[in-house]
Amino acid sequence: MSIFVNKDTKVLVQGITGNEGSFHTRQCVSYGTRIVAGVTPGKGGQKLDDIPVFNTVARAAEQTGATASLIFVPPPFGADAIMEAADAGISLIVAITEGIPILDMVKVKNFLSRKDCRLIGPNCPGIITPEECKIGIMPGMIHAKGNVGVISRSGTLTYEVVDQLTKLGMGQSTCIGIGGDPVNGTSFIDVLSAFEADPDTHGIVMVGEIGGSAEEEAAAYIKAHVTKPVVGFIAGLTAPPGRRMGHAGAIISGSSGTGEAKIKAFEENGIHVCDNLGLIGRICKDVF
Amino acid sequence: MKIHEYQAKQLFRQYQVPVPEGRPAFSVEEAVDTAKAMGGFPVVVKAQIHAGGRGKGGGVKLAHSLEEVQDLAGQMLGMTLVTHQTGPTGRLVKKLFIEAGQQIEKELYLSLLMDRATATVVIMASQDGGMDIEEVAAKTPERIIKIHVDPLMGIQGYQLRRAGFGLELPPAAMKAFSSLLANLYKFFVANDCSLVEINPLILTSDHQVMALDAKVDFDSNALFRHKDLLALRDLDEEDPMEVEASKYNLNYINLDGNVGNIVNGAGLAMATMDIIKKAGATPANFMDVGGGASSEQVENAFRIILADKKVKAVLINIFGGILRCDVFAKGVVESAKKTGVTVPVVVRMEGTNVEEGRRILAESKLNLTSASDLSDAAQKIAAAVN
Repeated sequence: MSIFVNKDTKVLVQGITGNEGSFHTRQCVSYGTRIVAGVTPGKGGQKLDDIPVFNTVARAAEQTGATASLIFVPPPFGADAIMEAADAGISLIVAITEGIPILDMVKVKNFLSRKDCRLIGPNCPGIITPEECKIGIMPGMIHAKGNVGVISRSGTLTYEVVDQLTKLGMGQSTCIGIGGDPVNGTSFIDVLSAFEADPDTHGIVMVGEIGGSAEEEAAAYIKAHVTKPVVGFIAGLTAPPGRRMGHAGAIISGSSGTGEAKIKAFEENGIHVCDNLGLIGRICKDVF
Repeated sequence: MKIHEYQAKQLFRQYQVPVPEGRPAFSVEEAVDTAKAMGGFPVVVKAQIHAGGRGKGGGVKLAHSLEEVQDLAGQMLGMTLVTHQTGPTGRLVKKLFIEAGQQIEKELYLSLLMDRATATVVIMASQDGGMDIEEVAAKTPERIIKIHVDPLMGIQGYQLRRAGFGLELPPAAMKAFSSLLANLYKFFVANDCSLVEINPLILTSDHQVMALDAKVDFDSNALFRHKDLLALRDLDEEDPMEVEASKYNLNYINLDGNVGNIVNGAGLAMATMDIIKKAGATPANFMDVGGGASSEQVENAFRIILADKKVKAVLINIFGGILRCDVFAKGVVESAKKTGVTVPVVVRMEGTNVEEGRRILAESKLNLTSASDLSDAAQKIAAAVN
């Protein structure tokens, strides 16, 4: 098993005809993902390889039965694309787009609270269930099927972790990047609860970074609700306060959001802390 | 993107948020002329830098005569102002703001910010104006009023009243305060602010409310729809190397150490800085070339790092996903040929097209040390500088 996506998930791509959209659509298809439709307003009727392109998400979903969407539209249109997908009844929305204004995301988040759907991202690498379904931009070949669940706020940092796991013989059940923006859809806690319920996930790696308090909240949740072993890592211990470290969400404001506070929360709640990224694979090997 | 107090107050005025009369001055003569034109004393001479704590650092002073204005302006312009927010190196003062002094009855605190946890705009207000709000939050949290505004609904009348009565304002000032807060919310949303802070907001003896200070930060992601605000960016307040990097859309932050580093992806870049430190060296920068960097961007990133005099060695850590290792390697080789590499460079590459990337670097005949994994890279880079 896995969480949120599997080999049967039918996916449409919003922004399929753009550079990034078409490149990653092909990558996903060659990984085995069932990409059934694309959406680019004004390009309905065209095709990308064999994939039909539609003008609207509603039409694409209706015609193809897609239940998941992968979004590549530019940041000014990101919020609109997410809301269009939600309104068309898409139940899993994965937004790769980086740079959506926070005020737009605040509105989207409130809009989604009235819809029955899950948003992953934005500003994230997406989700992958190895050897079944990849909805995102992560390099497929570093993943292997197995029993470790991976959750992260980052992209390439997640690849680093996954690569070490795979090389040490630990495959993954599902890997999810929840995104580096201050306001996002799916939280650490949502994913933790799904991993806890998934019989094929035996251990969890949680990769956080400075800024906000999501890691602290997740740590408290783990103590109360998660019985599986969790290895935690926090990036940004050497980051100066008040500076935005690439990710819009990675900023220490005043005394809140520091790496030290997050590591302390991990330690106090029974999470195995990894303090050296180069060793995270070996630590997982010991713990799981 | 941060702006100066004088710029924030000009914007406040456009949104009918009351501020004292005042004007910026860029020279001593201008400061004196401005004070003269304002026609009354006292006036306040305020240093304009992008950091808080200016008062305690000697950057805000009262003048009772034109001579005093002249003396203070002369002292402040060109001084290096050190506050708890500037760090020990401080900031050079190049601009002043001359403002009419006010009769203060009471100092309050008012701010609006994005609350990431609840995905709402939160209003924070307190009767303890003029103090460091984080200290108030730590010691007497009950003295801070927090109101969450539903972004789909906007600010409501009852929320304005909750703030006003919570601050125990005299009834005669309630209308002025409600209008100020409603207008401030309008300003916040219309301009995609991430923070608006007024500390202090003052109540005058004739029941007026006024922003005596103004701190505004805009969401950089939203600047594409606010071309007018871009004109307010002050490059004097930014590190010249960071300004250079921003031209190529590189996420770069200049730091104190001597190990330059180039990484793709913000999370991995932070983790790379951490691992450099862990190995006993210190990072000279944060440099995220992004997930989908072009060979030209990589070239510029490498050039900027190599131009940094304090850099004694460079660690390149790339996990190829969207950014393919061969594209990256080409950028490094181009840049090295043009700039010339005089410091040790350790390269660690993994991911998409890694074999091709390694081949390009090997054939370039550049003097590069390759690392097998992250731990190996950290040890090699530490050995190079220690």
